[in-house]
Parts: sequence; structure tokens; C-alpha cells
Amino acid sequence: MKFQMKRSMIAGLTAASAFFAGSAQAVEIEYWQYFFDARVSAMEQLIENFEAANPDITVTMTHFPYADYRTKVAAAIPAGEGPDVVQLFYGWLNDYVQAELIQPLPAAEFPPAEIEANFFPMVAAMRAGDNYWALPTAVRSLALFYNERLFEEAGVEAPPETLEELVSIAAKIAKRDNAGNLTQAGMTIGMNAQDHHWFREVLVRQMGGDPYTDDYRTVNYNSEAGAKAIDFYNGLVNNHKVAAYGFMDEPQAAFKAGLAGMHIDGSFRIGSLNKTRGLKWGVAELPANANGERFNYSSYWVNAITTKAEGEKYDAAVKFMAYVTSDEAMQIWLDVVGELPAKPSVGLTEANANDPVFGPFIRGLAYANTTKFANESGQRQILMDMVQRMDLEGQSAADSIAVAAKAEQLLLDDYYK
Amino acid sequence: MGLYRNLTIRQKQIVWAYAFLAVPIFFYGFIRFYPTGNAILISFQDWNLLGKRSWAGPDNYLKLWNDPVFWKVFKNTFVYLLIGTPISLLLSFVIAYHLDKLRFMHSFLRMLYFLPFMTSAVAMAWVWRWFYQPVPIGLFNNFLANMGIPQIEFLRSTTNALPAVLAPAIWAGLGFQVIIFMAGLRAIPKSYYEAARIDGVSWWTTLFEITIPLLKSTFVFIVVFSSIGFLRIFDHVFNMTTNDPGGPLNSTKPLVLMIYNSAFTDFDMGYAAAQTVVLFVILLAVSLLQLFLMRDR
Repeated sequence: MKFQMKRSMIAGLTAASAFFAGSAQAVEIEYWQYFFDARVSAMEQLIENFEAANPDITVTMTHFPYADYRTKVAAAIPAGEGPDVVQLFYGWLNDYVQAELIQPLPAAEFPPAEIEANFFPMVAAMRAGDNYWALPTAVRSLALFYNERLFEEAGVEAPPETLEELVSIAAKIAKRDNAGNLTQAGMTIGMNAQDHHWFREVLVRQMGGDPYTDDYRTVNYNSEAGAKAIDFYNGLVNNHKVAAYGFMDEPQAAFKAGLAGMHIDGSFRIGSLNKTRGLKWGVAELPANANGERFNYSSYWVNAITTKAEGEKYDAAVKFMAYVTSDEAMQIWLDVVGELPAKPSVGLTEANANDPVFGPFIRGLAYANTTKFANESGQRQILMDMVQRMDLEGQSAADSIAVAAKAEQLLLDDYYK
Repeated sequence: MGLYRNLTIRQKQIVWAYAFLAVPIFFYGFIRFYPTGNAILISFQDWNLLGKRSWAGPDNYLKLWNDPVFWKVFKNTFVYLLIGTPISLLLSFVIAYHLDKLRFMHSFLRMLYFLPFMTSAVAMAWVWRWFYQPVPIGLFNNFLANMGIPQIEFLRSTTNALPAVLAPAIWAGLGFQVIIFMAGLRAIPKSYYEAARIDGVSWWTTLFEITIPLLKSTFVFIVVFSSIGFLRIFDHVFNMTTNDPGGPLNSTKPLVLMIYNSAFTDFDMGYAAAQTVVLFVILLAVSLLQLFLMRDR
């Protein structure tokens, strides 16, 4: 008897709560992204603003370590759990579309012609057929971070304009102890960080090559230009001796600790460098080659609506997508994370383009290329191995790059078969 | 009901025993054998974790056979086993043998040996990774540099990296093996040693005629246990080489790390599953071989 009463009370409560929820018409949607401190706090701000403007919608954000991200998304969405709006790397779009994890953005709210007129051209890769499938809030590019204290100490006035200056400045900064070990690096080096992009999209092109052909399906860096590029890169360690692989474990760690003069990294590093006490740093565009040619690499993360979102959740998700790709959201993302707005109209404002920190990144976007990766970490590993064969086993640049090109072609063929 | 009533007491006991046993058997079958069977099935399929699975036949196994990285990794796995097991066996026996004879601070020393076993492998791997760093941060290399000796590349070397990763793994497992050996030593009746002493037998003979033969089952257990451990080594390698997992140039990569990379970096689940099947067969073969070699004649 007692038990039955308890049960009917619970049933009554559930019904009541469902009724109240229905009357307030609160729609709850879920947003997923991977964990990166600055990105999470930027998204928290965006959600707060969005909820203030749309009191009938609540957005819950969940974040995971990057390593688990794809596994979790893949398991959750087909099970009807997980996000309504999801963040993914631009290179994953194909996989997500084919696995039916995401649905196209409605053309009425996201007209392709308008997107193509307003966003940076690289975003066009997110279109399939008559619809866009995903859109970025921000894009990222590379630049040269430099340590102002070490520059001053070495009597260097300005960051390098050319690759030649890069080497000579690095040589002034590098220090060695009595045993001959590097104790202060002229610059950081490591294909495991952002250097593999610098090699692919910047150095190879600056030496007169073209890293890929056939829409990034055919490897083309196995050339004289490619060999020259990798010779230059490896020469920083083994010829000019201004850097050391594995110095301070990771390139960004060495720069943060103030023991490296220069460091190539993406705009997303700004947020964490800002928090590093006692480090005085500046940003410059990536150095040009002897002919003054500059190149850059850009990439971006996008948001998309998953196939799980239906009915009123879908409508709420569309509204949320519209907000996170708005001009306002882009400016917030720039201020908090340091990633650049995905629309030139927001990014290329006078204030942003002349900003001493954001400026070099934004100018870099103008001459950037976006690699279409089949498997970014796999392709990075191939370049890491290429450098290690030269550094640890003494293989020649030409031989090592030939092995790497063959391995990467195999990987690409396997993906596009 | 009538069927049950006609059973003898003995038969009823059996029925009840099976009724109770059915729960763990079903549970175990579901959480162990179902995934195992599924893994074997996936090894014959193509699956990128997101899309649908498609039948691939023996393709994954052929790819494995023709993959030079697999053979390198195969060799590494056995190097971990063939260096790791004898060294840890010898060290833990010597420590346990002497610790057993020691009375002064016995429990404290035993605790010190056991402590690494209780420590998280991840935390330990990162501390050792710091020890191994080049100048200016690495502990070992800073010491060498202060003496004016050029630094040694521990982890960034195709020859030094594997032993460097193996050392903390051996050290971490030592405590457990010491405790097991000590339990084995305590289990040997004192009267054998007393008899030996009365007969005036040398220390050497006592060790080889009494202690070691009577510890045989302990040896079998530790050899099997640590072999399986070294064949499955992962966390030390992964955490000490996160910048280039299993590197440089695959010189430290064990089979489990290759499985992990295939599955969660390349998202090639079929290929990863084929590797796990191979690992399973290796583990089975090694365990059976050891049990056969060390069986009681």
C-alpha cells in the first residue's frame, strides 16, 4: 500500500515536471567540443549571450580530451545520445557526412551564395551540393613568435624578414655550455608541433615547389625543391646548430620557458602565452624567401548540426549555429582564444589587422593554403620519421624525402580508394 | 517440479551448484567472450569507427604480413620480453632472498620496494621522461654536463630508447615480484635448512638444492605473469614518447601501441583488430609454452 502510494506520487511529480517544462517551452540542446582551455571559456561566453537573447533555449556544453573526442562522438550520435551541435576539424567533414553523423545546414538560413561572398575562400570546402554542411567561427594561421628579452640581450632589433635573417638571428641567440650542449635555442624545432605545416605549405613552396597536386591527392614534394626545403630545415640543427630536436621536450615548452628565441606556432597559442608570467613576446609574419615570397598554412574547426537534432531541437540548433557564426561571436572568439574571424569583414578591420599580435596572423591568411588531410596525425608522423632518418641515421635529404613521399602517397591512396 | 523431486540429494546439489554458477558464467561469457568474438569478426572487416562495416576477408592480415612496421614492432615486443623478464626475475629474486634474511628495518625496506608498484604508471613514466631529457632540464644529462661530459640521448636514439623505456617498467614491477618471492621463501619449511646445516652443506648447495627447487611454482607464476606484462607493455612507452608515440622511428613501439595507433589515430579498426588477434595468439602460445617447459615432471 505504502509502496503504491509512493509510486503514484512519483508518477504525479514526473507528469507535473513534464507539464511545467512544456509550458515554459524550454528546449535544451547539447554542444560538444574537445577540451582546450581558451576555447571552452570562449564558448561559455557565447552560450551565455545566446541564452540571454533566446530565453527559451538552454545550451549544455560537454567537452572531452582531444584523444577521446572522435570515439565518443562516433559512439554517441548513432545511439541517439550526444550533441545536437558538434565541433569537428575541417579535415573530418567527409567522414562525418559519410557516416551520417551530421545533416546539411538549411539553405534558407545559410544561403551558399552569401557564405561564399562573406567567408574566407577556404571555407568553400564545407559545401557539398546545394548546401553547406558546417561552418567555422574562426580560422587559424601560422606566425613567428619571438622572445623580446632574448632579442634585446643579443642586440637584435627586429624579427627576421627572410629565412636568411632567421638563421643569422638564431645564431646570435643560441648558447652552448662547456660540454657543447645547447642551453638556449635560437629557435624551436620539431615536426611534432606546427613545423610540419611550415614544411609542407611554406618551405616547399618557398624553394619553388608545390607540395601536392590533384587536390591534395598526389604527393609532389619529392623534388629538388622538397629536398632543399628539408635540407634547410634539418640544417638549423645539424648545420647551423641553432636548434636541437627534443630541446625542452616540446617546442612550445621551450618558448614558454623563455629558453628559445623564436617559435613558429598557430594563433591558438596566443591565449596560453598571454597567461605565461614573465615572458615578453612579439609576433611577426613567417619569414619570406630570398625573392620576398611568403606563404602560410591555415586551418579551421567547424560546427555542424548532428543527425540527432530533430523537431524543436533542430530549430534551436539552427539558431545556435547562426549565432556562433555571427560577426559578434567571431570577435569574442578572437578576443578570448586568439583565433581569427572566419569572415574578412570582421577579421580585416583596421583595428584587427594593425593589432601587433593578431596582425601578422591576419596578414598571413591572405597568402595561406589549406592542406586537405586524409589523416593529419598519420601524415605528420611520416614527416617526423623523414627528419629522424636524416638526423639519427644520417640518410640524405633526397633519399629520406623519397621514402616519405612514397609512404604518404600510400596513405592517401588508401584513403581515397 | 516432479522431475526435481525424483533427483537424488547428490544430483540436487549439482543442480543448485550449476544454478549459482550460471550467473558468473553468463556474466563472464558476455563481458569476455562476446567482445573477443566481436574483435575477431572485426579483424575480417573494414571499419573507420564512424561508418558502416564492410567485409574485407583476409585483407587486414595480408596487410599486416606485408607491413615492415609490424615486423619491427613484433621484434620490439619480444625484445621487451626477452630483456625484461630475466632481468626482473633475477633482480627480484636477489632482493627477496636478501630481504628475507634481514631483520633490521625489514618492513620499511619492503615498503620501499613495493611503493613503485602502487604508483600510477603514467606519473612514473613522466618523471622518468624528465630524468632522460637533454640539457638544460634532464636530471641525468645535467649531471653529465656538470662533469663536462657530452650528453647522452636517451629517448631520442634508435638504440638507447628501448632500454631507457624498459628500465622504469622493470623497476615498477619489481615490488610485486619481491613480495611473491618472499611469500614463496617463507613457505619453505625451516626444517630443511636445519637438516642442511647439521649436514654441513655449503650456502651454495643450500640455495641450489633446497631454495630454488622448492620455489619452482613461484618461478613459474612470476615468469608467466611478467612475460604477459612485458608482452602487453604500453603505458610506459606511450607516456614517455607522446611526442612521437613508439618513436623515434618505431624503435620503442610495442604491439599494443601499434594497435592503439591503428585504432584511435588512423581509425582503421579492422587492421587494429587483426593485430589484437595476433597478440592474443602470441600471448596464448607463450603462456602455454612456459607452462609446458616448467611443468612438474
